[in-house]
Amino acid sequence: MATIPADHEGFDAHHHHDAHDHDHKPSFFARWFMSTNHKDIGTLYLIFAIFAGIVGGAVSGIMRAELAQPGIQYLGAVASFLGEKNPSFDQQLHLWNVLITAHGLIMVFFMVMPAIIGGFGNWFVPIMIGAPDMAFPRMNNISFWLTFVGFCSLMFSAFVPGGVGNGAGTGWTVYAPLSTSGSVGPAVDFAIFSLHLAGAGSILGAINFITTIFNMRAPGMTLHKMPLFVWSVLVTAFLLLLSLPVLAAAITMLLTDRNFGTTFFDPAGGGDPILYQHLFWFFGHPEVYIMILPGFGIISQIISTFSKKPVFGYLGMAYAMVAIGVVGFIVWAHHMYTTGLDVNTKMYFTAATMVIAVPTGIKIFSWIATMWGGSLEFKSPMVWAIGFIFLFTLGGVTGVVLANGGIDDNLQDTYYVVAHFHYVLSLGAVTSLFAGFYYWFPKMSGRMHSEFLAHLQFWVFFVGVNLIFFPMHFLGANGMPRRYPDYAPAFEHWNKVATDGYMIMSVSIVIFLINIAYAFLAGKKAEANYWGEGATTLEWTLSSPPPFHQFETLPVIDAKAAH
Amino acid sequence: MSLADTAQAMGKAIRALGVAAALAFAPQVMAAPAAAPVAAATAPAADAVQPAAKADAGAEKSSYVPAKPTPGKGQPVAGALSFQDQYSITGQQALRMYDYVLMPIITVITLFVLVLLLFVMARFRRGANPVASKTSHNTLIEVIWTLLPVLILVVIAVPSIRLLAAQYTPAPKNALTVKATGYQWYWGYTYPDNGGFEVISNMLPDEEALKRGEPPQLGADARMVVPYGEPIRMQTVGADVIHSFAVPSLWFKLDAVPGRINEKELFIKEPGVYYGQCSELCGVRHGYMPIVVEAVSRPQFEAWVKAQGGTVGPKEAAPAAAPAAAAPAADASAPAADASASPAA
Repeated sequence: MATIPADHEGFDAHHHHDAHDHDHKPSFFARWFMSTNHKDIGTLYLIFAIFAGIVGGAVSGIMRAELAQPGIQYLGAVASFLGEKNPSFDQQLHLWNVLITAHGLIMVFFMVMPAIIGGFGNWFVPIMIGAPDMAFPRMNNISFWLTFVGFCSLMFSAFVPGGVGNGAGTGWTVYAPLSTSGSVGPAVDFAIFSLHLAGAGSILGAINFITTIFNMRAPGMTLHKMPLFVWSVLVTAFLLLLSLPVLAAAITMLLTDRNFGTTFFDPAGGGDPILYQHLFWFFGHPEVYIMILPGFGIISQIISTFSKKPVFGYLGMAYAMVAIGVVGFIVWAHHMYTTGLDVNTKMYFTAATMVIAVPTGIKIFSWIATMWGGSLEFKSPMVWAIGFIFLFTLGGVTGVVLANGGIDDNLQDTYYVVAHFHYVLSLGAVTSLFAGFYYWFPKMSGRMHSEFLAHLQFWVFFVGVNLIFFPMHFLGANGMPRRYPDYAPAFEHWNKVATDGYMIMSVSIVIFLINIAYAFLAGKKAEANYWGEGATTLEWTLSSPPPFHQFETLPVIDAKAAH
Repeated sequence: MSLADTAQAMGKAIRALGVAAALAFAPQVMAAPAAAPVAAATAPAADAVQPAAKADAGAEKSSYVPAKPTPGKGQPVAGALSFQDQYSITGQQALRMYDYVLMPIITVITLFVLVLLLFVMARFRRGANPVASKTSHNTLIEVIWTLLPVLILVVIAVPSIRLLAAQYTPAPKNALTVKATGYQWYWGYTYPDNGGFEVISNMLPDEEALKRGEPPQLGADARMVVPYGEPIRMQTVGADVIHSFAVPSLWFKLDAVPGRINEKELFIKEPGVYYGQCSELCGVRHGYMPIVVEAVSRPQFEAWVKAQGGTVGPKEAAPAAAPAAAAPAADASAPAADASASPAA
């Protein structure tokens, strides 16, 4: 999208013999533990997210094993493994609630967000706008370590008392009064504190991104020339900045209700448990767009690259994301249809929620229109991206079903909802993460991954996740509630299928890890622009991996350059 | 609610469905299900006559004997792909909307996107189209794909708003009031119009459930017994944490929140045993507090009330009901009476 006046090597420090003087990398400890380099911090975030993703995925593995058949089979063994001697039946059930809580919190706060914003955002936002680094490099470092310490706090909570057993069993939504008077012991405090830390890290990160994007664009890089990935991170940063303080307030009130005798959410003292839900979802709904919007940006870059065409309807795409961000703030109570909202409120939230389908539809159709007339190459990122479009559409239309307050009365808190949000997040956001990973991994590491393994992973993953989550629509419609460790025999069939799907999906993660190992052990060296003519954003003008400090001379973006 | 009221409600439902179906099917080429709305529209009219006929039959049998559940009715069905059959008026209306408006629309949209993707992948692959075009704008098509979804959403919104309005019609003043209280981890059903007694309902262990012919995980030692064919003012409240009173085959789910009484009308059309489960995470035994609703004829219900030590009589004569029972009936838009008092239990 940008025409660079200097030749590519101009930015490639390795071509000059004195480059190593300019490139002076700090020592190992200073480089990775006190990092101020956006690429190193991005790498830290990605490694952290992969690790947290494996932990969260293992937790879901325990859950799927337990749900493969009626009855309680594995919770006792897992509880004793985690240090509970001869766990009682209630302690086993408590462990179940700890698992569902941990899975949700880990995947949202410590896998998707660090990977997509902290990882890819840090790595590529500065490069794509032609900036040498983020605006506040040291704050960037703090953001990462706050997230890391937050994760430690959450892990620690699993080993301190949280009721009849160890760990916080409140669900990732931490609803009062279950999370206040309903959970004795420090575990819930540590889980809440972990959200404070991760949230503070994200707010600092959001400030950093907004400042960087508004102030550090290269000459000629106007807002309307920014790549869509940068737009997506900009909108996401605003969502984070505006929604996370509300979560912080809500969970701080939880802490004071728990420890200091306040009664914000306790009706016995004039409080209201439903107030917590309003506050939580005022954050929680923008949060789901925080997880998916950068994915939209990644998909736009990939579809454009492998169609060898500029993105269709660039402005529509950018402002569709802005619209999704804005409307995302005024639909929160659709998570609360059964709490006793009055009818007018339900009608409003039904209508407002359906409105989100319009900008989302614009994005889906614009991606297809970008491919229309293109010269498509089905490299691994493109295959993942096309998979994303279909799976996200499928998850999106069930969102239209759930938007209807009258229909949701039956589906609320059933597996239908679980299926819906895993289609848009597990099959949506995570698919976009893998697409982005294969798109940029050689750029970040300097080594090519195996295209064969990347394609193979896609197909195994695609079959696996659909087997896990499609049957959940059937279970939910038929009445199976969420967050149940055991169920009536009528639900056994589709639960068995879902567990089989999990096993297939887990194979795809093994393929993914093998692919990374392959790239570092035997992968070819990656060229500067290994995807060819379709890849036009600024990261492709740099070597792979880019020099430690890029754009010491700022690139100039041609005023006539197309999007 | 009299028979005339029932018929009127049916009429409204049919009209809503008719509008929805007409709008939904007009732009689509779908031969097979096109005939279905007609069948659906005629069915409820016949149903409306049913309760009266059954009430006559039920009048002869006036002692309460716990009914055996009917397999496949009021409970999940093994391997099922969709909703349980519906036995409440609004449940049937909601299921029709899902079956004839939502499901066709989302299926068509998903298949449309899939076909477009497959076509583009085949037609514009590098082998078939070596040189990419540089088209990146087309105002007309962008306007179309913005406005068309808006129209589709309006088509969905009309029956959706009607459904919400129907669900939130408050129960008439003289309707029977039943209050479900969620405890960690069992349900209590209070009958304020009948002396205010409370039935405590605990889950049956699996062996015991099988012995009694109840589905495992769903059976309870006591049921919430209510009359069918008449509106019931259903109230929910939580005693400790938030629970949720949910019965899938009645399309009924209402959170039981400490400190407030939620209220909604429940109208069960025919006798039967309807199972549900707590639907809001409430602690370790969240999965072990099922809900069993048994709908019986009015005389059987009265016999059951007497057997529980309750009183039967005209509403005016009944002892003072729960404080919330009087307030919300007049206010159509406020089914959730916000009780400022501490939890009723």
